[in-house]
Amino acid sequence: MDAKIVILGGGVGGTLAANLLVDALGDAATVTVVDPTGMHAYQPGFLYVALGQANGRWLARDERTLLHKRVDLVIETAERVDPGTRTVRFASGGSIAYDYLVLATGARLVPEQIPGFIGAGQEFYSLTGALRLREELRRFRGGRVLVGVAGIPYKCPPAPVEFTLLLEEQLRHRGLRQRSEVTLLSPLNRAFTVESASKLVQPIMEKRGIKLSTFFNVEAVDPTKGTVTSIEGEEAEYDLLVLVPPHRGQSVIEASGLGDEGGWVPTDRNTLQHRTYDRIFAMGDATDLPISKSGSTAHFEAPIVASRIVSLVKGTAPKASYEGRVMCFLETGDRRATTLRFDYTHPPVPPRPSMVWHAAKWMFNRMYWHTVPQGRVP
Amino acid sequence: MTLTETEVTKTIDARGMACPGPLMTLIGAIRAGAVGDTFAVLSSDAGSKTDIPAWVAKARHELVQTVPADGYSTFIVRKAR
Repeated sequence: MDAKIVILGGGVGGTLAANLLVDALGDAATVTVVDPTGMHAYQPGFLYVALGQANGRWLARDERTLLHKRVDLVIETAERVDPGTRTVRFASGGSIAYDYLVLATGARLVPEQIPGFIGAGQEFYSLTGALRLREELRRFRGGRVLVGVAGIPYKCPPAPVEFTLLLEEQLRHRGLRQRSEVTLLSPLNRAFTVESASKLVQPIMEKRGIKLSTFFNVEAVDPTKGTVTSIEGEEAEYDLLVLVPPHRGQSVIEASGLGDEGGWVPTDRNTLQHRTYDRIFAMGDATDLPISKSGSTAHFEAPIVASRIVSLVKGTAPKASYEGRVMCFLETGDRRATTLRFDYTHPPVPPRPSMVWHAAKWMFNRMYWHTVPQGRVP
Repeated sequence: MTLTETEVTKTIDARGMACPGPLMTLIGAIRAGAVGDTFAVLSSDAGSKTDIPAWVAKARHELVQTVPADGYSTFIVRKAR
């Protein structure tokens, strides 16, 4: 009998895993992707939308066009997983049975967890937020800009640093720099989580007059006073506030009792299996692994999950092991970027920011649709 | 030195994890946790030895214990407020 493989989530990881599974298993399995929208978003593009460097059109594609024709796509909201009967129930009332389940459900934004955020704070972590911020920036005529982080973990750790550097460049080009003060509120005691990258970024910030406020983890916003406070007990004033919203795992994870207190899936760091249910795998933003929540992580995890499921279906011992591989870019402005490549045993050694890496990032932005979901980038 | 009998609410194995890193993960856990919860962070990152105590002091939580082991350290932190 065919193995039934169900993948919740049609993002980077879910799409790639589905395509790899049908390639490897052919008729030996039915592979179904369940996604609430059927649209695949290229989330790294939101940053460029907010800065007015890209329109929203190239950011979303019909998921069907990215999947191998043998993959079934079901457009439903998964409401509950029952590991006992191995079924997933949909909000519409239907259900689907599985032999192996992949949780590629991503993260959801919960700005409501920060008092005052909604209405006063801007964000570029959703397309709606990015478009709103773009309009806010068009109206901006100078003042105090704060860029901060309102919850951990969050997707794409370099994003607040990138946004700060690219915004400073924009203000300079618009002749608003002299009238503006740009401050990065960093959750850590340096600009960026990776120390080697911080050593590259901080001198650039200093040279451009960008202020750095360290150990500032945003706790609340007071729109009437125009201030933001940190869990460490400090306060800062703003005219324009841009925050990374808090994230949680998806509701289906929480409703099914499959997650921790943040809704993240307890996941083995090498096998990517659920730590309680061995027929359930997780990848990308959905896991509780303390590694980057990013498309790149999902991209490198998907082949491991696919390979392990293929082995289980064929009755052989799974060998593939995720070793923490991640690769991402960090835009530093003025058409320069660096790159971070690392795994569990090799910390990143980012090269000096250059135009080459900036060009590589833009090439990746353009090539994404034709390469990553199909597994054409190893 | 060995671990004392501290009841740990959650263990974070951040060994080998450069990004977002052990401290960032601890901050996230403390935000989500309740006052009195205790977290054990395993870190192989040399920077953690200064970063974690510095943040715990600034945010006014409690560093209960630091236990060095072969290739990593365990930091026991209690959410104090």
